Amino acid sequence: MPGKLKAKIVAGRHLPIMDRASDLTDAFVEVKFGNTTFKTDVYPKSLNPQWNSEWFKFEVDDEDLQDEPLQITVLDHDTYSANDAIGKVYIDIDPLLCSEAATVISGWLPIYDTIHGIRGEINVLVKVDLFNDLNRFRQSSCGVKFFCTTSIPRCYRAVMVHGFVEELVVNEDPEYQWIDRIRTPRASNEARQRLIFLMSGELQRKIGLKVLEMGGNAVVGYLQCFDLEGESGLVVRAIGTACTLEKISSTLPATATHPSNSSPSKDMKEPGFGEEAPGVPLSSGPPTPLRAQTFSSFSPSKSYSRQSSSSDTELSLTPKTGMGSGGSAGKEAGPLKALLRQQTQSALEQREYPFFPLTAFPPGFLLHVGGVVSARSVKLLDRIHNPDEPETRDAWWEEIRQEIKSHAKALGCQAVVGYSESTSICEEVCILSASGTAAILSSRFMQDGPLDTEHRFEEVVSPGCGFCHIPYDELNIPFPAQLTYCYCCRRYKVPDVLFTTIDLPTEANVTGKGCLIQARLCRTKKKAQGEGNATVISNLLPFLEYELHTQLMNKLKLRGMNALFGLRIQISIGETMLLGLASATGVYLTALPSPGGIQIAGKTPSDITYEQHISNMQKKINDTIAKNKELYEINPPEVVEEIIGSPIPEPRQRSRLFRSQSESSDEVSELDLSHGKKDAFVLEIDDTDAVEDIHALLTDFPTPAGFYSCNTEIMPGIQNWTSAIQMFTSVRVFRLNASLTSQGLNKIFSDLCENLLKSLYFKLRSMVPCCLCHLNFTVAIPEDELIQVAVTAVAMSFDKEQLLENGKQSGEKTLIKAITENDEQLQFNLELNAETPSPNPLSSPKGLSEVGSHLSARALSVDYSSFADRCSSWIEQLKLKAHTIRRGSVKTTSSMEKASPLPEGRSRSLRSNRSYSGSSVAVVKMTPLSFIPGAKIIKYLGIINMFFIRETTSLREEGGVSGFLHTFIAEVFAMVRAHVAALGGNAVVSYSMKECVFMENPNKNQAQCLINVSGDAVIFVRESELESTSVQTQSATTHTSNGAEGT
Amino acid sequence: MSTELDVFVGNTTVLDEDVYQLWLDGHTVSNAVRIRMEAGALQECEANAEVLHSDTMDQFRTFQMCERLLQSPSKVANQLLFQIPPHRQTMLIERYYEFDSVFAREVLGKKLSKGTKKDLDDISSKTGIALKCCRRQFDNFKHVFKVVEELKGPLVENIQRHFLLSDVLARDYAAIVFFANSRFETGKRKLQYLSFQDFAFCAGQLISYWTVGAVNNVMEDLDVDLEKEFLHDLKDLKVLVNDKDMLDQHKSLVCAQLRGKIKVFSEMEASFKNLSRALVNIASKLTHTKDFRDLFIDLVEKFIEPRRSDKWTIGDLRLFLKHYSSSVHTLEAFRHQVIWDRYMGVIKSCILKMYHD
Repeated sequence: MPGKLKAKIVAGRHLPIMDRASDLTDAFVEVKFGNTTFKTDVYPKSLNPQWNSEWFKFEVDDEDLQDEPLQITVLDHDTYSANDAIGKVYIDIDPLLCSEAATVISGWLPIYDTIHGIRGEINVLVKVDLFNDLNRFRQSSCGVKFFCTTSIPRCYRAVMVHGFVEELVVNEDPEYQWIDRIRTPRASNEARQRLIFLMSGELQRKIGLKVLEMGGNAVVGYLQCFDLEGESGLVVRAIGTACTLEKISSTLPATATHPSNSSPSKDMKEPGFGEEAPGVPLSSGPPTPLRAQTFSSFSPSKSYSRQSSSSDTELSLTPKTGMGSGGSAGKEAGPLKALLRQQTQSALEQREYPFFPLTAFPPGFLLHVGGVVSARSVKLLDRIHNPDEPETRDAWWEEIRQEIKSHAKALGCQAVVGYSESTSICEEVCILSASGTAAILSSRFMQDGPLDTEHRFEEVVSPGCGFCHIPYDELNIPFPAQLTYCYCCRRYKVPDVLFTTIDLPTEANVTGKGCLIQARLCRTKKKAQGEGNATVISNLLPFLEYELHTQLMNKLKLRGMNALFGLRIQISIGETMLLGLASATGVYLTALPSPGGIQIAGKTPSDITYEQHISNMQKKINDTIAKNKELYEINPPEVVEEIIGSPIPEPRQRSRLFRSQSESSDEVSELDLSHGKKDAFVLEIDDTDAVEDIHALLTDFPTPAGFYSCNTEIMPGIQNWTSAIQMFTSVRVFRLNASLTSQGLNKIFSDLCENLLKSLYFKLRSMVPCCLCHLNFTVAIPEDELIQVAVTAVAMSFDKEQLLENGKQSGEKTLIKAITENDEQLQFNLELNAETPSPNPLSSPKGLSEVGSHLSARALSVDYSSFADRCSSWIEQLKLKAHTIRRGSVKTTSSMEKASPLPEGRSRSLRSNRSYSGSSVAVVKMTPLSFIPGAKIIKYLGIINMFFIRETTSLREEGGVSGFLHTFIAEVFAMVRAHVAALGGNAVVSYSMKECVFMENPNKNQAQCLINVSGDAVIFVRESELESTSVQTQSATTHTSNGAEGT
Repeated sequence: MSTELDVFVGNTTVLDEDVYQLWLDGHTVSNAVRIRMEAGALQECEANAEVLHSDTMDQFRTFQMCERLLQSPSKVANQLLFQIPPHRQTMLIERYYEFDSVFAREVLGKKLSKGTKKDLDDISSKTGIALKCCRRQFDNFKHVFKVVEELKGPLVENIQRHFLLSDVLARDYAAIVFFANSRFETGKRKLQYLSFQDFAFCAGQLISYWTVGAVNNVMEDLDVDLEKEFLHDLKDLKVLVNDKDMLDQHKSLVCAQLRGKIKVFSEMEASFKNLSRALVNIASKLTHTKDFRDLFIDLVEKFIEPRRSDKWTIGDLRLFLKHYSSSVHTLEAFRHQVIWDRYMGVIKSCILKMYHD
């Protein structure tokens, strides 16, 4: 009996009118968990009932706590006939089972009905008293933390990465049971919703058990999917990475009072905020840990040392690149490298699958990247006879995983990162797909424990280019590739092009900006049944993949880039066609050679017009490449050998570097040319496909001015995000009305995606300059002749000023930071009467900050206000924008405030966070990214995993299919927000809509839709809010204005 | 090839104020697209007609979904379906309840009933306001009227509290409610020259000074109703024209004040008795519902029109009314000073507001 669940029903509001005669409702509530049900009294004649019930107590096993949702049903009491259901609320108890997550669920939750949608709200209180169960044979896994985020969550550090966990459970789909013929659609939908809730609870519990077995305490990158196999059943499967996480405990109180302190750890993981100028080929390693170190050396106060401990932990994660004496150690490392390989190899081979669904890694974890590995298989679905033994499905996935593993091995890699699995089902045919990026990982986080020598080896590899160095044997390349010496370090070989499924490593050296690249393909297929159909599909697949790959390669070259990140290839099957959509973010990796252009060649250059045609096309292509290079600011930097060995150059040296770069620009272009000739990409135009390809290449719509787009977490080259974010989902269904050729279909499909993007840009034009991040396209063929495209992404505004002159500005930004840091130090120094801080030359992360520390030394003799004046006047000299000046001075004047007692400071900032909205509904931000710009996540409250069905029999009255789906998506958002708010959170990160199955029957005036969403509920605190409480009013106003576009 | 379904849902509801106005004005989607194109929307963001159409459809759908909430604005702030920042909520509500004064002028004083609603297409063709838009405005009037009718306390405050409107807009609604409740005659041809704003001003004056709520703060009833007692007392003012001594005294006092100050002095002096009788008679008749409803037409017919035909300037009129009402204070025999001031204060400002072409 290890758990007591307590629920209290407080009140309802906005209930629908259930009694036409009185225009009122006699509502009561049933609270159900497992097989126990409690009821409240009937609150007669009110649309805003106040039940204020007693605490309903359920004494249950923790196994049930994990599996079952708390089910709250609101009903209308009817004396003469059966009580009418108003709607239901399912509450996932899981977040309450983990001591580090939420402690209570309390708030207004929408009452949801699968036929009518949201019907009012109910205010509930839910708590869990959990008793420790130390039984070794227990079936529960309470306390294991789950994160959708595919990187180490912000306020944790990874002690150990254990590896891949997977599980699947199957069941019959209630929609296909015999009983469905006699029950109402509502009952059927509710049975399905409940079943899926139960199944995902069970799945999560089983995965948790596996994690405990491995010795971990958390699952990161938890990805749960549904396969609606129709007649043959319902499969819920999940994968994730088991880890042992440790909370960076001191950050919470410390950051609440010391805003600028939060920056070191933030900079570590979010290059988006880092101030390193893009395109500067400095392989100095992450400068931030060094700064963090400086911090600790200046920390006489208690709260300080706590903060520094947090940065110390960060430090230990980081290769100490800056300390090592570069070159010599590198040469010694030769044999060590092999040793390391063996070590990690064995560590990983012990695992069944060395797979990691993570897409971003702690610094130093990812050593080398081989390339994308993927496997697909076509299966015929059969009825799952025994749900308790889902062997066939397990075996299918096993096959695929084995294949992935062997592919990775062929690339000389022991691990697969950015790993994901997906399915596409049409009738009884199912395509299972898995893909990931072959990679070599550091053994540091593995179970076997590292050797010190390995550390030393790793230290040598520059994090900016190290991951690009080929992991495979040069003489034994598994695929044709041109290898060159790394353009950063000139010591190791790199491939000419790199495709990966992971996010761009934060420490990577990138030139210019990135952009979304999509390859789209549509192929017709003959209608077939059963095995024949499966054969047709599996025969088509390789061609589809090949073409997608070619398209990606062409488009990449057309943009003058050389690497793809976040590659996601989706293949959908329909009765008469196959759709392929590959999305990725193209970037120019400084370490890789400049891509050659695209050359068009005619096979039979017979007459002049033909030649002219070709040369015209060639010119067009060359123009586009040139234009794109300008657009994405791709000016490949000069050879960077100078920098090796001096990771932290003196400011003077740096400026010289800049100069030399501009001077030797001729040289650069020369270099480019030679390469351009060498690996020029030749398209033969006689080939009709190639004509199409070229056409497709040139018709891609450039993003409008002020917009950038990517499908990864962050956009290289953009740092200064504002707090305005807008997450959105857009769905389009397109009907093809004629029998079309593959080429015609291709064009339609491509236009569909392009138009959708165009619409998004137009919709979000008020946020310019902005970047659409994590653009996630999902295609489906819901019916014959229908194509459905769903997009979920987040638009984030950034500051244009700094974009234009990012080099200079980033320097200035550093200065401000330095000032605030010094300001912080100043405060403590004054308080404790300490000696003058001696600015350690090593401590200055950027050249300019040295000036900052001088400033602080001078400022020690003056009072705060004059210091503020100095700061502002100094900044004025730098022609900073007015608001920055204000910020600077405000910070200084209010520094006394920061010394206020920690808890109070925190609660205050939290309160203000809620109150600024001015309304009774707390603002909840949603984002598919793992972070919120300008804010710090201080707590993870648990995973949000919700499944909803909505059905209508009055489609026209609800505004047709668009009206129906629009309402439903809005309702889903509302429910996610409400549940997050009830957990005490103010944002959802790593949000994704994993399933959106839409079916319609306009003739019958009916439609049905299933949506599955997930994410991590968090509490974040604005950095500006942390800064001071005295400027609360000011910040409140700015927040409201931000909230206009953001939130 | 056709787009079967096309939706865009933002976590923060995306609202375009220009499109909102088009929606409020009752345009169809295709009309709105055309207007947006003419306004140069295509220049933004390299859009095309298709994109614009999709965006307009989407926005219109969003507004339609919001409409249910806007009908009870207090719900907007604590509903969960749309995440809308507070200042945008205010904008949505305010704009939803804004109305065309041309339309309001047509409906003013009419019973807000189904019968009137049927006449809306006439009003629509007369004013050039889309029927859809007329309906919304009419329904808003009706809705506000119905809600406020049952409430006690000050009218403007009630409207503001329940509909979260700005002070200016709440006052306009108060005027509409007041007119609909009192059913003043406003439709006569002679009153056509008066705008909604003229009437709204007068209504404001009447509400502020003549209603129950104006004198005592006891919130017994809706303060749309005029104070019965006061209307009854107005009969006592007759003495001003019936008592010859008092009339003469009054006249000489006014003439002494105005001599040489107004151009129409001689006319005024000659017709003082008529002038005074017109104003006092209106006062004494207000107890009868019929006459009360005719307040504005009486003011125009019996006082404003004659002055206009005598070519009084507004300045002359102002001076006359000022001294006409103030000199009563020096009439020792007159004992209804308070009633007189309460009456004349309102009448004076109403006449001045209504005295134009």
